[in-house]
Amino acid sequence: MELLSLGDTGWGDEMLRACMMTLAVSLCAMVFGLILAIPFVLMKLSNSWILKFIANFFTTVVRGIPELLIIYLFFFGSSAAIMFVASIFGHNGYIEINAFFIGAFCVGIICAAYSTEVLRGAVKAIPKGQIEASYSYGIKGRRMLFGIMIPQTLRIALPGIGNIWQLVLKDTALISVTGLVEIMRQTHIASGSTREPFLFLVTAGILYLLLTTFSNKFFMIAENKYSKGFI
Amino acid sequence: MNFNLIYESFLDILKGLGASLEIIILSLFLGLLLSLGIVMMRLTKNIVLNSFSRSFVFVIRGTPLLVQIYFIYYGLAQFTAIRESFIWIVLKEPFWCGVLALTINTSAYTSEIIRSGLNSIIKGQAESAVAFGMNKFQAFKRILLPQAIRQSIPAYSNEIILMIKASSLVSVITIMEMTGIARKIISKTFAPIEVFIAAGIIYLALNYLVTVIFKKIEKKYTISY
Repeated sequence: MELLSLGDTGWGDEMLRACMMTLAVSLCAMVFGLILAIPFVLMKLSNSWILKFIANFFTTVVRGIPELLIIYLFFFGSSAAIMFVASIFGHNGYIEINAFFIGAFCVGIICAAYSTEVLRGAVKAIPKGQIEASYSYGIKGRRMLFGIMIPQTLRIALPGIGNIWQLVLKDTALISVTGLVEIMRQTHIASGSTREPFLFLVTAGILYLLLTTFSNKFFMIAENKYSKGFI
Repeated sequence: MNFNLIYESFLDILKGLGASLEIIILSLFLGLLLSLGIVMMRLTKNIVLNSFSRSFVFVIRGTPLLVQIYFIYYGLAQFTAIRESFIWIVLKEPFWCGVLALTINTSAYTSEIIRSGLNSIIKGQAESAVAFGMNKFQAFKRILLPQAIRQSIPAYSNEIILMIKASSLVSVITIMEMTGIARKIISKTFAPIEVFIAAGIIYLALNYLVTVIFKKIEKKYTISY
């Protein structure tokens, strides 16, 4: 237990800081993923086969390939790409990109692929008659989008988005391979220097459980709030 | 883009397909058996068994697989009692640690799939089975389980795809399956895009195969509906 105390003698404060880091990466990834999902949803709903094909290709590939491989691709690929650009300008040497940025980017891409499917399903779940009705009432364009489509899409998509958030939280554990000091990385460091992997892995498990449980509660409250008037 | 490198790493990564499949199939099979036990525990009225199965599913689904793999590989090995016991025969091999972690992980998810399948069956069916003279176990085996399996097929095919993807994580405990080999090639050639394409093709093909097979199975089992 002494090992988990706060301050200089224990690893408690380091673990808490790592927990905050996991939360920060997850939040950034989630926001990035949801924003990135919007154009793909629009592409999937469009009538052009080529746009549909691009969006389907993206979601199929990202959802069908292990997350670890995607992280390897961007982690090794991005610094290689930037070094290539730098070498054109005469800079030869190793350039490292911020691990936080890469981590949030990778998990964000994965999140975007899953969110695209959830949001597309939610948009499709809105009866077509509503759009027609809003047209006949003279509500068009942006007013229809923000007043009728988006609020309902969000309500229907909320449970799915909650699931994706859980996925994102757990996927950030994989970013530890890039060296970002989140829960898993900190656990590795701590158990390496104290030779107490059992203790720190249990701590890590508890931290993840706390994160997932609390966010679950949060999503449940949100769902109840937004489904008022339904059921 | 170096097409030669894609081809070469494709062949190299294909050598890991056997190890990947071994891990996936073994842990899916063992996980399915374990999940049946967990579901039965969940359905009993015994408080101890019931809450054990509840908390097992809660803990496994709430923590990342990576934590579970590390816990079994590094965490348990810390104790001399375990290193001297008979379990060590299994736990000293990274391969079996990987299989164990994936088995436990998939059993928690599968048990939830089966449970929701069981929940979708009308209660009267179990009662009428008992009224026809079957005991509870017979009713479960003959009436409830076959229907629950049919209900769970689509969700279970998703779980298999998730397991195929999850099997890549055992590469972190030195198992040389497909992702482990891919990682090795990347650090040797420093050509992540080519290696990603080669490994991606194999994984996508595998997942596609699962989707096609399960579409067929689904069709077969829903014929009478």
